[in-house]
Amino acid sequence: MQRPSITTTLLFAALLALVCSAGAQAKLTIEITGGVEGAQPIAVVPFGDVDGARPDVDIADVVAADLARSGKFKPMPRREMLMTPHREEDVDIREWQLLAMNSLVVGEVMPRAGGGYDIHYELLDVFSGKKLLADTVSSTSKGLRNAAHRIADAIYEDLTGEPGIFATRIAYVTSSGRNSRVVLRVADADGYNAQTIVDSAEPIMSPNWSPDARKLAYVSFEGRHSAIYVQDLASGRREQVASYEGINSAPAFSPDGRKLAMSLSKDGNPDIYVLDLTTRQLTRLTDHYAIDTEPAWSPDGSQLVFTSDRGGKPQIYRMSAAGGPAQRVTFEGDYNAAASYSPDGNALVMVTREGGRFRVVVTDTNGGSRRYVSSGPLDESPSFAPNGDMVIYATQNNGRGVLVATPLSSGASHRLSQDSGEVREPAWSPLLH
Amino acid sequence: MLNPRLRFLAVILLAVLAVAGCATQPPPPQQTPPSGAELDALRPSGDTAAEVPEPLGPAKPLSPLDDPNSPLYNKVVYFDYDTAEIRPQDTDLLRTHAAYIYRTPGVTVTLEGHTDERGTRDYNLALGDRRADAVQQFLVAEGVPPEKLRRLSYGEERPAESGSTERAWALNRRVELVY
Repeated sequence: MQRPSITTTLLFAALLALVCSAGAQAKLTIEITGGVEGAQPIAVVPFGDVDGARPDVDIADVVAADLARSGKFKPMPRREMLMTPHREEDVDIREWQLLAMNSLVVGEVMPRAGGGYDIHYELLDVFSGKKLLADTVSSTSKGLRNAAHRIADAIYEDLTGEPGIFATRIAYVTSSGRNSRVVLRVADADGYNAQTIVDSAEPIMSPNWSPDARKLAYVSFEGRHSAIYVQDLASGRREQVASYEGINSAPAFSPDGRKLAMSLSKDGNPDIYVLDLTTRQLTRLTDHYAIDTEPAWSPDGSQLVFTSDRGGKPQIYRMSAAGGPAQRVTFEGDYNAAASYSPDGNALVMVTREGGRFRVVVTDTNGGSRRYVSSGPLDESPSFAPNGDMVIYATQNNGRGVLVATPLSSGASHRLSQDSGEVREPAWSPLLH
Repeated sequence: MLNPRLRFLAVILLAVLAVAGCATQPPPPQQTPPSGAELDALRPSGDTAAEVPEPLGPAKPLSPLDDPNSPLYNKVVYFDYDTAEIRPQDTDLLRTHAAYIYRTPGVTVTLEGHTDERGTRDYNLALGDRRADAVQQFLVAEGVPPEKLRRLSYGEERPAESGSTERAWALNRRVELVY
């Protein structure tokens, strides 16, 4: 019999540690899929613990994992590091040049008087030896992972010119098979800290973030009927905002957070309505015998795109948020649905049917320049990451629902799954500032 | 005679055993959609000849809704892909239900609309609503007072049959009359 290799043993130990640390809460597991061609080499040296600091989070490990997950960086494995400096003055830059690194991150963790930690870090350009970034981030003991994500965000932004999205969160719906419990959860963008928002025996659908990332709107059938709720994440308090006869569906916060677009069929068949969350005034935007649903706001709040089958098949239409006539946006393909805007307002992402497969496609705002992001066959619920760099969507992997985040420029995709059951309807939070 | 619930459980058990039995060599997924006749055969009762029995008559404690020999036992109508049009072969069944709902005091029915898993969830929720609405309009046109009917769409969230086969999809595109 063959002896298990050291790598296998280590892998097993790492998995075991993961399983044990996950506790009772189901955790989202992240796997990077596909190649990492063109990824920049970066070394994130393990941070030093100063003055008896004993943080229970390995900051450098979280930062390196974040950067790797973006698909744009290839962090150096620790075992290949010959030295582990914690400050710029201890760095021998030639060593890192010989190791063919582009960038180097060093840092240390110090206890704060009164609890928590200060994390000091520096980002160096290995080619020139120049210091690109030096900062100190304060954190509670519990907030260390979030502090590490914020450090990764700053490094990412400095090196790519785009805001990082590691300190964001993802809402998603899970279930473990037919007629089992359905759970709406929110987890950190790296799958950690999964928190249950609603747990129900009835379906839950369509989570949508408020622009300040403090609230979620969603559809729940817990009253044996679809209803739209808005829930404050910190307090858990929630409010039912639409529970009319027929469907109450597809809530979408306006970019200023004051309104909620939705699809209701209270007046006969599904039409688009906008609810003013302050005055509670409900305005009907479309009045058509066809299905009108899946409204999404343009980032400036002036327009809405939505799905309608008024032409016979589902297609994307656009109208002014003030009401008025709708213009058809998509003409290619006989099924285009669930469109939403990129954060800069210059692109749309939607589901399209092509050769019997439901795939995710990115288009310009007029439905042209189609670029497929996924291969199907049953992909759905796409949206842009808050920096516009990636698209996240739900897909089937070996008959199980999983989430995939795919970068639009270069780099690898990553897959988010739960050890059991399925994950669907991802909604990426706005940037948390 | 076997109680319908037990019969249902027995069918499930058999299905589970059948699946377990071929776990090592799964059959190729069926790619052709079941015909209308096949769908009818899959229903709990194939008997369509019987007359509508008197509801709640003292001599017949079994409600026709629970009697496998009654046409009212059959409470599901199916739809083609991405449409809410009632198929011609289902109009007799819906008329039978309309007559029963009309003449039975105190009866209310929830029309549960469902779709298959293909396409987006919110569009499917709307499509399920449309299907329930089509059945509601048919029943109302047959004389059923609207207040006896309630429509409820589950979209693709509550499949009757799991799996990504034409057969599962056909069984999931449906409206259930829930008394």
